[in-house]
Amino acid sequence: MQKNKSLARLFVVPFGLWATIFIVLPLFFVLYSGLSDGAGHLTLANLSEIAAWEYAKSLLLSIGLALLSTAVCLALAYPLVLILRRVRYGRGAWIFVLFLLPLWMNSLLTTMAWQTILETHGVLNTLLTALGFSPVAWINTPAAIVIGMVYNFLPYMVLPLYVSVTRIDPSVIDAARDLGASFWQALRRVILPLSMPGIVSGCTMVFIPALTTFVISALLGGNKIMLIGNIIEQEFTAAYDWQIGSALSMVLMVFILLNLLLEVFSDSEGKGARQ
Amino acid sequence: MRKNTMFRRLFAVLLLLSALLLLPGCDMLAGNEEDADDADTLYLYNWGDYIDDAVIEQFEEETGIHVIKDEYDTNESMYPRVAEGAESYDVICPSDYMIDKMRQNGLLQPLDFEAMPNARAYIGQAYYKQSQAFDPDNAYSVPYCWGTVGILYNAKMVDEPVDSWTILWNPKYRGSILMQDSARDAMMVALRVLGYSMNTTDEGELKEARDLLIAEKPLVQAYGIDDIRDKLASGEAALGVIFSGEAIGLMEANPDLRFVPAPKEGTNVWIDSWVIPKNARHKENAEKFIDFLCRPDIAAKNFEFLGYSMPNTALEELVADDMDDGARAIAFPDESIFEGQETYRYLGEAMDKLYTRLWLQVKVE
Amino acid sequence: MNKKSKGYLGLLVLFMYAPIFVLVAQSFNASRYRGTWAGFTLDWYRELFGSESILDAFWNTLSIGFTAALLATLLALLTALGMKCISKKGQVMLRGLANVPLLNADIVTGISLMLLFLGLGLRLGYDTILLAHIVICLPYALLCILPQVLATDDVLYEAALDLGAPPFTAFRKVVLPELYPGILSAFLLSFAMSADDFIVTYFTKGAGINTLTTEIYAELKVGIHPELYALSTLFFVSVIVLVGLLAMNFRVLRARTSKRRLA
Repeated sequence: MQKNKSLARLFVVPFGLWATIFIVLPLFFVLYSGLSDGAGHLTLANLSEIAAWEYAKSLLLSIGLALLSTAVCLALAYPLVLILRRVRYGRGAWIFVLFLLPLWMNSLLTTMAWQTILETHGVLNTLLTALGFSPVAWINTPAAIVIGMVYNFLPYMVLPLYVSVTRIDPSVIDAARDLGASFWQALRRVILPLSMPGIVSGCTMVFIPALTTFVISALLGGNKIMLIGNIIEQEFTAAYDWQIGSALSMVLMVFILLNLLLEVFSDSEGKGARQ
Repeated sequence: MRKNTMFRRLFAVLLLLSALLLLPGCDMLAGNEEDADDADTLYLYNWGDYIDDAVIEQFEEETGIHVIKDEYDTNESMYPRVAEGAESYDVICPSDYMIDKMRQNGLLQPLDFEAMPNARAYIGQAYYKQSQAFDPDNAYSVPYCWGTVGILYNAKMVDEPVDSWTILWNPKYRGSILMQDSARDAMMVALRVLGYSMNTTDEGELKEARDLLIAEKPLVQAYGIDDIRDKLASGEAALGVIFSGEAIGLMEANPDLRFVPAPKEGTNVWIDSWVIPKNARHKENAEKFIDFLCRPDIAAKNFEFLGYSMPNTALEELVADDMDDGARAIAFPDESIFEGQETYRYLGEAMDKLYTRLWLQVKVE
Repeated sequence: MNKKSKGYLGLLVLFMYAPIFVLVAQSFNASRYRGTWAGFTLDWYRELFGSESILDAFWNTLSIGFTAALLATLLALLTALGMKCISKKGQVMLRGLANVPLLNADIVTGISLMLLFLGLGLRLGYDTILLAHIVICLPYALLCILPQVLATDDVLYEAALDLGAPPFTAFRKVVLPELYPGILSAFLLSFAMSADDFIVTYFTKGAGINTLTTEIYAELKVGIHPELYALSTLFFVSVIVLVGLLAMNFRVLRARTSKRRLA
């Protein structure tokens, strides 16, 4: 059997090759491009150039909106998975499917549909006026962008949360309740800590795309709100400055490292809770 | 024995997998070489919706050349794809200043006008002359469409006469103004309001223009390229900066819209022309294509689809009967309104960067 | 379920489906321009089948999605089987590596792959999109398959071997059925990711080739063709029908098994 295992180990070889060529190597291309001038000489000029305030400002705004969207997603998704946990058998699965179905609609088109909904004379404002409220300026505001982000990335929060919450042994919760814990105490002391890995991976899966999108901000922000993704896209297309674009991408790559660290950290946390 | 078969199977699976992974790679490498089947093709790189598909079909039928079409939305997004040389297009339709840039950077090749008799016969001399701003010897480009940048407004929402760019700074229209989302076009408006050249390289003048645009930003509903059209047609916005050719179609869709082709401070006269990049693999096909587009009947067909003004001298007679006076005045304007108007020039890489940078500063504000 | 949770679910469903209703409505809107309703029409459905560029983009999306999902799932399965047999440390390392495209911003993944392809002198086109899609699908596929592979018990497999089954047969008959749900969800999720990806495709696509998303993006800027609303409505309806059929199938299966149990 030992021999079999050592042979089976070879199964990871194709992946190793694949990862080297298509995951590691491309990142080095970005590093090289970000650290060189147009002629191929190494330089730090690009990094000092992106220290300018317009880039910093856009990065801060992106982080702010991404954090807000992540928080909203978490706040919306957590009650949902708690409900789904209770009705897990039978109907619950179909409610879950109901939430995954919109994933199959093209996200560019749905984002554009949000434009139609949120416009000054859009669906939502027409509805509001019909109900006697005064119309609200939704479109081309940060709020519209957050709505778009929440809509697009909510499933990424629901999926890992659902997995981690449904995995909690119901008897653990019952035991807490039997010992006199109220629903909220059980939630805070038992369910929340046990679902921590799901919360962490859900948050990263929402935060990263929200931080770097350029489509949602372009469509729902009327190009008036420049997120870091918009600037990078502009550098690679309109401005044709790949060095600056790569240097900005390197800044985003810092967030992967942070994420990896967070994941390792939360992994050990999760284990602690389980013991 | 058992281990042996296991190993053999494992090996077979690995082999299959690597074959699957390598196959597309081989394809791609082969794609780099010129193969014989490819001779009857033409790689067309054009603005989105900038040619009637029926015209392309007719070209394919008449010549047997297969057209492969790709589209771009701004000159700037087109440029890197051509400059990197990762793809070789045969015929492209950039605007004036971009042609200047491509020419200066050695990306274009001279055209053989002998092979394009229609381009000689039907494109007005005035347009070749105008093109000399960006193509001094008329060696690299054949004009396709031209026009101005003007203001389209909704007469139901704007009650005063519109003849000046300054209306875009009127706080009355807060949230109803649409600006172009491109460094050159946005700066052009501000520079003309300030009385400076739209081709200025003076950093002080440019910074003034930037500040003027920042002052305007709270009034602006959105910066757009072509999505401006939807918003004006549906009455979502009152005023928009727009290219003359787009105005005709929009005025048909929404009769409340009026167009000012040349605000009094002056505007940009733009020309989009056909060019052949240096790395084109089917130069002769490209010339056949350009010549085909200059044929009056084809130009008429294209014009009816596009609505942009065209430099074809035989055109007005062919199509004018179907047009009402308003549309006709926009499509075939009196030449006098273009007197003294500028056309964009390429200002060099450092200026490009400065324009982009200042425009970015407006947008993050 | 109490009233409060029902109300909450209802609101969320409304939120998720509101834009879809809008899109369906737009596919029947006679006006070309978004936001103006000019009456009911079926024209866009008719014109959809005459639009070569949209149909081409649709087939590209399907074929790239299918191939990328298949290859990513196979590679993920193979890798997961291998990972079961290596040290804990190696597992963590490989998992971290596999997760890079998942954690990395799409725009960085897209740009880095574009730089790679150009650096290797490849011509951007169908194949580069396919490769890029395998890259982005792989972590999702692994995410679906790996936990199941790690949870499988070797005992049954070894028992099968001891009873004289050749390893591959033992794998096929004993291990594979257990992994089937993971493999299926890996394939479906990969396909969904590939079909819906825009950013990576945008940077790795070449001349004259579009997937639905890049086609839509190009059209967003020049005014979208309402045929696309029609296409996405048709697509969505067919997904719903498929899910419905699956549901019926399940119910029939369940009814059958319960009957069998009763008998």
